Amino acid sequence: MAISRDDIFEKVQEVLVDALGLDDDEVTSEATLMGDLGAESIDFLDIVFRLEKAFDIKVPREELFPAESVLNNAEFVSDGKLTEKGLAEIKDKMPHTDLSEFEQDPDVNKMADLFTVDAIVNFIDNKVNS
Amino acid sequence: MRWIWIDKFLEFNSGQSAVALKNVTLAEEHLHDHFPGFPIMPECLMIEAMAQTAGILVGEARKFEEKVILAKVKKAVFHHYVRPGDTIILKAEIESIAPEAASTVGEIRRGDELIAQISLMFSHIDNNLAGKKFPEENFVFTDMFNSLLTGFVETETAE
Repeated sequence: MAISRDDIFEKVQEVLVDALGLDDDEVTSEATLMGDLGAESIDFLDIVFRLEKAFDIKVPREELFPAESVLNNAEFVSDGKLTEKGLAEIKDKMPHTDLSEFEQDPDVNKMADLFTVDAIVNFIDNKVNS
Repeated sequence: MRWIWIDKFLEFNSGQSAVALKNVTLAEEHLHDHFPGFPIMPECLMIEAMAQTAGILVGEARKFEEKVILAKVKKAVFHHYVRPGDTIILKAEIESIAPEAASTVGEIRRGDELIAQISLMFSHIDNNLAGKKFPEENFVFTDMFNSLLTGFVETETAE
């Protein structure tokens, strides 16, 4: 059964409000998890567990948040930026994320900004409606 | 020495749930200061008792091969004071468990009375800190925990 995008957003919002102790209106589509919403590493696992429960799906953590495995691979990072191979890798692994701006300057420090509320909604949308 | 803050397990269902008991006594020195003339168990120590109950449950689920560290207090709501002479019962359940971490939900009761609701996240640190290395030996689960689980783990895991 297909779930509408609005319904997905609402549930994702609820998950983030509970996991990060936020108010509803802080969780906008564009908000970044780390920068805007203050998520730390253990929160990502908390979010994964809560999403699994809320949508009754399996969410492999590296599928939703693949940054760690990419950053730990020397082939993908050089001089604080992602290499072409690294970029290709995250494009492949993060189809739910808009990378057009990041591609211009693939600074690893900016990778945190890729994890937005919208990226989670896209990810869930692909998972439950495909 | 290792600080054990629960007295015994009453139930232990491997990988699922555990029930532990703690007796609170005025012989605990901190109660004389918390507060003078009005001793009550500090809420943070109720969280510690739940962290031990749930942490041992999570550790046993992976046969104590992981170093299990309390990583996040997801929820801690307290409804009543706990006083010297009280016996509190801590019930913890594993909600989710993955290679990197586990989350638990739990309740503390005194008789039928709900004292607190405490939900926690535990990290399996060898799998969870970007490849950071820790000592080989499991410094979280030392032999002292075995005595707490005597009579529970063998019977429960043999099923």
